[in-house]
Amino acid sequence: MVKTFACSFTATNLDARTGISSVVSQLQTLGVPAARVDEVQIALTEAVNNVVEHAYADAAPGDVLIKAELSPEQLRIDIQDAGAPYPNEQLPDGTAADINVPVSNLPEGGFGWFLIRELASQVQYERSKGNNNLSLCFEIQVTNPPAEA
Amino acid sequence: MSLTTTMTDGAQIVKVNAERIDAAMAIQFKEDMRTETESGSERVILDLSEVQFIDSSGLGAIVAAMKQLGGGRKLDLAGPTPMVEKVFRLTRMDTIFDLYSSLSEATAPASANS
Repeated sequence: MVKTFACSFTATNLDARTGISSVVSQLQTLGVPAARVDEVQIALTEAVNNVVEHAYADAAPGDVLIKAELSPEQLRIDIQDAGAPYPNEQLPDGTAADINVPVSNLPEGGFGWFLIRELASQVQYERSKGNNNLSLCFEIQVTNPPAEA
Repeated sequence: MSLTTTMTDGAQIVKVNAERIDAAMAIQFKEDMRTETESGSERVILDLSEVQFIDSSGLGAIVAAMKQLGGGRKLDLAGPTPMVEKVFRLTRMDTIFDLYSSLSEATAPASANS
């Protein structure tokens, strides 16, 4: 059986937090194991942070639409926004930041795409009709009864 | 965001009284850490036991907090929840910081210099 749900919010950090929390609580209710929910939450948060910080960086924050589709063995999350496309309409490759450096040179950012690519089993991006459409897929074993949050 | 400081013999313990260190509060966290640790012990222990979620912005803010301590001082992490530990492990930041499973382990004499 496939379950779908959706939410939308304005691309600000605080509204993003509320929107992501609603997706997370739906996943918990639907019986996705807690550790897997954590991983989905990390990847989803990084993807939405990018929309807030980059796609709408030079404009008033627009909307972010999240659609989730949970089947017995896979979760697919579609994230849509109407902000600026990724450079060259290509996703960053998510190379791990170099941390073999003196403390004063340690990176304070650049972990986002690395985390998304580590945690999602499949990542797709399409620029279409002025929208960014990013899809993240995760292998999921739904437990029954629902796992505790 | 709220940070609480406790001074002990060997270290300054800063407890994060928040469930999330995310993009919405990373900058505030970094600034509050600067204020809390402006003076104090050589060793600062960040108690993360209340933190249920961290993203890369929060991770970056903790790295920034360590960097702004400057040379000769050290930031250790105590009590990370499994989710927080996962982010440190995935990004290999667990090799940069000393992570202790609990505050009592972090302050135990035997582990003070590990």
